[in-house]
Amino acid sequence: MSAIIEVRDLVKHYPKVQAVNGVSFAIEPGICFGLLGPNGAGKTTTIEMMEGIQKPTSGSIFYKQQLLGAQFRNEAGIQFQHTALPDFLTVKDALRLFHSLYPHTADLEQLIELCNLRELLGRDARKLSGGQRQRLLLGIALVNDPNVLFLDEPTTGLDPQARRNFWDLVRSIKARNKTIILTTHYMEEAYTLCDEIAIMDHGRVIARGTPDALLQQHFKHVFLRLPRADFAVPLEHFPFTVFESDGYVEIQALDVNETIALLLKNSVPLTRLEIRPPSLEDLFLELTGKALRT
Amino acid sequence: MKRFFAVLHARNLEFLRDRSALAWNIILPFFIVLGFAFAFSGGPRDMFKVGVYGGSASAQADIAFLHTKFVQFIPVDNLQAAQRKVEHHQLDMLLDVGSQARYWINTGSPNGYVLEQMLRGSGTQAFERNALAGREVRYVDWLAPGIFAMNMMFSCLFGIGYVIVRYRKNGVLKRLKATPLGALEFLTAQVVSRMSLIALVTTIVYVGCDLLIDFTMHGAYVTLAFTFALGAVCLISLGLLTAARFSSEEFAGGVLNVLTWPMMLLSGVWFSLEGTHPWVQKIAQVFPLTHLVNAARAIMLDGAGFAEVLPQLLVLGMMSAVFLVLAAALFRWE
Repeated sequence: MSAIIEVRDLVKHYPKVQAVNGVSFAIEPGICFGLLGPNGAGKTTTIEMMEGIQKPTSGSIFYKQQLLGAQFRNEAGIQFQHTALPDFLTVKDALRLFHSLYPHTADLEQLIELCNLRELLGRDARKLSGGQRQRLLLGIALVNDPNVLFLDEPTTGLDPQARRNFWDLVRSIKARNKTIILTTHYMEEAYTLCDEIAIMDHGRVIARGTPDALLQQHFKHVFLRLPRADFAVPLEHFPFTVFESDGYVEIQALDVNETIALLLKNSVPLTRLEIRPPSLEDLFLELTGKALRT
Repeated sequence: MKRFFAVLHARNLEFLRDRSALAWNIILPFFIVLGFAFAFSGGPRDMFKVGVYGGSASAQADIAFLHTKFVQFIPVDNLQAAQRKVEHHQLDMLLDVGSQARYWINTGSPNGYVLEQMLRGSGTQAFERNALAGREVRYVDWLAPGIFAMNMMFSCLFGIGYVIVRYRKNGVLKRLKATPLGALEFLTAQVVSRMSLIALVTTIVYVGCDLLIDFTMHGAYVTLAFTFALGAVCLISLGLLTAARFSSEEFAGGVLNVLTWPMMLLSGVWFSLEGTHPWVQKIAQVFPLTHLVNAARAIMLDGAGFAEVLPQLLVLGMMSAVFLVLAAALFRWE
């Protein structure tokens, strides 16, 4: 299947910063593609170039094998990381305004139902809560019934419930065979929603693939977690890699049975033992060496 | 056109729902006109201005009246124009010291009466008295066109310039850029929206003030409306030019103040530039507000038609074209 969007050798230089430094990838239609990276990695610059908002210093972006143009603007839906609407507009006014800007549009009533905006229609758009505002901005991004939807950190600042509601919305949009390009700081969000991810750092893509394939590729072990106080003997006595933080010890175990046997042999109580598989956050830290929200 | 009307509608909603700004646009000019009507109702101004026509410098030196202290004597070249200024209280007296010794005063002017007594008591040769006919032009009549024009200036420059800079700063322009909306459609909608709102507000203020004060209007309303419309286009274009690039509201506010304050003070809104330093009068010609005020006054006070105000209209038209071309060339969404 041919890519719906393809990025080739994308470079973006600012006067004192090389934000994006030779990024290339292709996105298949109908998938949710996640662009991950620490702050300053170049993901927002990359996505804004893909949206046609910023001009690349060099490189090319293709939509349906054509350079970005009028067709792309008509068929793309965009939800920016930071955006504002004209003042004094109600939710309904804002939807109507953007609905009128496109030649081909979605049915507004269906959109209102999809984004759960019915009860908010008469509300001043400036006075919405974080979750309500993100639902409105998503509704605006969908007014043209887009083939490809860009979501730039759409759940940043939302409480866990609002975030999960937003994920449900994204899943229902994905079920309509839309291509979604998502940037996020939340690895759980990326793992839940994305079919494919690319991790960026220092303006380059440093890993790319499906979340599970990347985890399998980079991790052969699982993590065992125990309170530090439960270890009577020094940690150096154990033949495995351990990390210590916040009063807990995290062990990277290739063989769980063997590790547990060794712990029991050293009289470490297992009452408070936690075992977890590697996550995207582990992968992220492994690849970038940075905390996610630095 | 659908996109244009969508943006136009949204901008109109924004203005009409911003009640404080709407009230300010209507109430401020009301209070200025009413305030001046009250302040200057019957109270004479303490500055005497006498236009002096004809006569050589040596001849003028021999006229004792022309040496009177606390009277400003202003040389005039055009007798008819100077007579109109006496009618409009821009001059308190007009003195012809050429071949015919004569003077003109406005019979309704307290200053004119005082100057007449001073002339007679100065021991100067006998001058033939001429009273100007026609309705007395009160200061408030003279002031009203300037107030309407000044209100338009603030509305155009801040309503367009400041709003676009705010849109750019808070990301509204960036959001619109991501749609099929073109820059020309967006800017045209802003211009038409502001024009409509100015027409509405100016009509309300004009009718309201006229009911309360009954100020002079000798010209045709269609001429006045066209002049105000062209003036609004010119000032909106200047607002667009101001907003073409800036993304800091503070900086744009400073630039707009730098533009509006000199225009407000030096375009002849509050006082006649007659007798001011020549360079002040030259600077005033650079301001679109000067030409708008002069044309509006000529229409309202003198009954001027299109032909008479054509020079001012041409200047406004040319300024509009220059501002618009520059604004379009320099405009950026972000």
